[in-house]
Order: sequence, then C-alpha cells, then structure tokens
Amino acid sequence: MSITTKHLACAAVLALVSVTASAKDAPAAGKKTSSPHTYGFGTPVTEADLTQFVSPLPDGRGLPKGSGTVMQGEKVYTQQCLACHGANLEGGIGDRLLGGRGTLAASSGGPPIKTVESYWPYATTLFDYIKRAMPFTSPNSMSNDDVYAVTAYILNKANIVKEDAVMNQDTLPKVEMPNRKGFKPAGR
Amino acid sequence: MSDTEQSVRPSIKRSPEALQEAEEQFLIQEQQDPASPYYRGDTPSPSCSSPPARRRFMLGAMAALGAAGAQGIAHAATPGAIERKVPPDATKIQGVGVGVDDGGYGMRSQFETEVRVRYATKTTESSWSFTPLQNSMGMITPSGLHYERHHGGIATIDPGTHELFVHGMVKQARKFSMADLRRYPALSRIMFMECSGNGLTEWAKPTMKTVQGTHGLTSTSEWVGVPLSTILNEVGLKPGAKWLLAEGGDAAVMTRSIPLEKAMKDCLLAYGQNGEAIRPEQGYPVRLFVPGYEGNMSIKWLRRIEVSDKPFMTREETSKYTDLMPDGTALQFSFLMEAKSVITFPSGEMVLRKPGFYEISGLAWSGRGAVKRVEVSVDGGKTWKNATLHGPVLPICHTRFSLPWEWDGKEAILQSRCTDETGYVQPTIKQLVKERGIYSVYHLNGIQSWKVAANGEVSNVHHY
Repeated sequence: MSITTKHLACAAVLALVSVTASAKDAPAAGKKTSSPHTYGFGTPVTEADLTQFVSPLPDGRGLPKGSGTVMQGEKVYTQQCLACHGANLEGGIGDRLLGGRGTLAASSGGPPIKTVESYWPYATTLFDYIKRAMPFTSPNSMSNDDVYAVTAYILNKANIVKEDAVMNQDTLPKVEMPNRKGFKPAGR
Repeated sequence: MSDTEQSVRPSIKRSPEALQEAEEQFLIQEQQDPASPYYRGDTPSPSCSSPPARRRFMLGAMAALGAAGAQGIAHAATPGAIERKVPPDATKIQGVGVGVDDGGYGMRSQFETEVRVRYATKTTESSWSFTPLQNSMGMITPSGLHYERHHGGIATIDPGTHELFVHGMVKQARKFSMADLRRYPALSRIMFMECSGNGLTEWAKPTMKTVQGTHGLTSTSEWVGVPLSTILNEVGLKPGAKWLLAEGGDAAVMTRSIPLEKAMKDCLLAYGQNGEAIRPEQGYPVRLFVPGYEGNMSIKWLRRIEVSDKPFMTREETSKYTDLMPDGTALQFSFLMEAKSVITFPSGEMVLRKPGFYEISGLAWSGRGAVKRVEVSVDGGKTWKNATLHGPVLPICHTRFSLPWEWDGKEAILQSRCTDETGYVQPTIKQLVKERGIYSVYHLNGIQSWKVAANGEVSNVHHY
C-alpha cells in the first residue's frame, strides 16, 4: 500500500467514524434539532375553535366563566352524582369524596383513605375533572354553572369552604386544600 | 389503575379478592388441559378436584366467554381463532382454501387459548386487563394481547373525522387530520409500555398466583408514528414553554401533563402498531407514546396538546398516579419505569412433572435504556448466574433472557435480577417496602420469587 492510498484509507476510516458518531449523537427521535424543519401541514386554528376545550391550571388560568353556590350544588349533586357517590359522598360505584384526613401517614395505623378532602391538592382539579369526565353515564354534559356549584357543594361538605361560598374563576383557585403541601416531585 | 385502591377502606380488598377468584376459576380449567403450562393431569390438587372437567375451549371466567362454552356447544371458537374441524389425518384431506373462511384477515390457531384477563374493578369501562406473559415468546406482544387500561371505555373514533389540536404557548396553533399526521416523516421503534400499577397487589404479601396477574401490565410492540418534536416544531414553541397537556378523546377525556423536555426528546404520536394501525383499545387512530414512562401518560385517542409553562395538575397526576410514602406525603410525577424482570417459565401455578432439564425463561426491561445484564438465582438469591440475553437488546424494550437449569427435584426458589445500562440494579421487594411502605400502590419493580416445591408445583412467594 502506497502512502497515498494509506492516507485515503485513513480518511475513509475517519469519515466512517464521524458518521457513526453523529448518528449516535442524534436524539432518539432521529430528527435534527439544530434547525427545526416545518412542512406546512395541518390547518391554523383560532381561539374560537378552542373554546370547546377546558383545562384550567391551579392558578386559575383556563377556568371558564360561570359560578355556583353550595345550595345550587346540592341540587346538582342529588341529580347527577348521588347514585354513584352516595347520599353522604361516601362513595359507591364512584369514589368516596369525603373524610380521611389524618390517615395518610403510616403512623395512623391503617390503610390511607385518599379522598378529595384528604388527598387532592388543588380545587381547580375538581372543576376540571367533573367538567370533562362526569357524570360517568353522560360525561361532559353539565353547564359550567352546574360544575362550579357541585364543586362548591363537595368542598363545603369536606369542610373546606363555608356554606355561603360562591365558586367561580376568581374564588376557586384561592381555595386552600388541606393536602396542598402533601406532594413532592419524585425526580425520576 | 386508580379506581379501586383509594377511598373506601373495604374496597381496597374487594378487587384483588375478586380477581383472585377469577384467577382460581381460570386455573381450575387450565389444570385439566394437557396443552396448558398449568396442566396437573392426574396429580390431585385441591383446586381441580371439585368441578367437572371441561373442554379446553372453555376458558371460563377469566376469558369471559360466558355460557356458550359451559353448555358444551361444539367447537365454540377460542377468541381470535376460527374453529375448524380437525381431520384424523391432515395429509388425507384438502385443507381450508385461501380466504375461504377468514375474510382475508388471518387468525391464530384454535388450539391457542391465552387471553387477556380483566381486573375486577367496579365497572368494565374503568378497568384494566393483563397480558398472558406465561405463554409469551420472544419480546413482542401480539397486539390483541397487549395489556389495557381504560378510564372511560374504548372510544370508537372515525379516523376520517378525527382531529388533533395543538395550541397554547405556540406561535401558530394548528389542527391536524390523520391524513396530515401521516404525511410527516415517520419513525418506528420497538418499545415496552408498562402500567405503573403493575404488581400493585404484591406489596404486602404474594397475592396473585400467576405471572399474568403479578406482571401482566407490561407489553412490547413496534410503534410507528410522527416524532412529537416534529409537530411541536411545526407549530413553533414560545419562550417559557415547559410542559404540555395531552388530552384523549375518550369518555374520560384522559389528561396528563408531560415535561416539554421529554416531549422534544423521544415522544411519538403513534398510529401504527406491529405492522398495522394501532388497535382501538390502544388509542386508534392516534396515541401519544412516552418511552419508558408510566403507561397512563401515553394518552390514547389523542385529540389535543396544550403547551404551557406549568403542569396542569390533573386528577390523574395528583389524586391518582402519585405514590404515597410512609410519612404521609406523596411522590408526584414519578414518571420513570425502573428496571425490572420476571421469570415467565417456570412461573406461578405451573407444575414441573419430573426432575431434569428445564430452560428458565423470562423478560427484562428498563425505562432508562437497554438491559445490560440479567442474573438468575435458583437458590433464593444466595448465588446468581448470568442469563443469556436474546437479541436484539433494544433500549426501553422487553428483552428475553434464558438460563439452562437441571432441576434436582428439591425445593428451589427462582429469581431474576435486572441491571440496566445506567448501572441501576433491580431491588428486592423488601428494599422497596423499607423505603416506601406498603401503600404507595405504584412502581413496584422488586425481584419476583417463584418457589418450586419438591413435587414440582410452582408458587408465588416473597423471599428475601
């Protein structure tokens, strides 16, 4: 092998190595991240197209307009929720909603009772979930007012808000849930 | 996996007990089927002495085949099969003609009976089913046996009208039809998905008898779709964007918050599974796939992605898929499925008929990457041997392992221990319980122990 061909061979090997290295460095999705490529597929949407969706954040952003009282909520609960969650919110086919404070630590001696009252860290989550997924037999059928109302009712029964509480996009994010500080990021 | 274990104290027991009953019914029938790994033949055992023998096609409570089999209707088909007449000699009669009875979509053999098993939750719509790992071969799970977890039933969605909205902290909110999504360059990866509730019955004591019950909430498929990063690049991210909400188009409108870093790294909008469109129960026509993270984050029937600066703190990531620690606080966003392995043969309720050669076989996986090593012990963890890994060994994927074994006919405790490419070693259940207590429900990845008794019967035990 002449010096020239040796050099060429070396260059070829180097080129191969660099190709392998760059393939290895690429993200698992296999796409370049340096200069994002766009294709122009899909259709632009406006705010009006998005009003059908509800997904509030704990600070209240994304909560829709509307309001409801505890008393209104009792009516809604009786009609929409009681069959599965029980007359005393004790659960049945649906989850138990009340009680359980003080049962989360092993030192309490028994299995933990995880309910809206004892476990849920954010009141906005209650509105969000009821709005999207309840009642089980006809999900996403309740008005925003009714959802605010039944949220108020459950929070009142859980001794978290007073009987004269009105829940709306301003008051709901301010509700301090008993287990608000009960969570920490797992870090994995 | 969240509708049974919380709230009412008695219900904590109710579901596992119901499942145990269903498993018992399943075993009673399997124990009389000579082709079943659970066959007990003429070996008398308490569980198969009472009911009369039934045909192998009758899978009973576990398969929910119902009354047809019980009444002995001839040749009730096993699920996913066409029941054909078996000739005395297949060389002396023409077989079934091409396309004559299968409508152009092939079925499995009528002699193969393994099915998914549903966990006995209060409703069938919010429930889950286990993959029959005891009969698994290789690393791929057949699509029809992939484990399920639904929160509002299996949505039926016409791909012709389905739309995926992407909005929030983006430069140009857009919606995508399935035709749009399929125009993007596609990516394929073979990956496992595991429910974080896999093994939730096993924290305090051995509860389920079979490997399907203890470990069946993990499955592996080839997933095909568009990298989520491609779509996020298409809409353009605004500065400050850190999380996104993925939302399903099912009756639960299932939602989870996903860190944007993970979304850009390797998440997939999957529309293909094992060479065809994903199954309805896997989120047809399109699902999110979040590699290596707990299965519920891979939102099915995906209809919306909203980019934000903070997590949305949805029901599933606060009240449900969080891990309660002994001090009463809970770990949140415990995304990663850590390294785990299990011996699938021999496993719980099987019987080794006589001493001699057996190939121990099982599966190992890790959400952090590739499996580096699997060790097997036949003496309850006193000594370990490296098992053979059957390639391809892929990151975030089931890896089949095996070890030849001469059983001497004495009691043995079989265990497997997985180490992944990051050096993480699968812990014992005892180590996990010491750290997390017995009420954290999720993320049990401890070492499984199967006891082989001197009479060859295999059972689920806790052994440290």
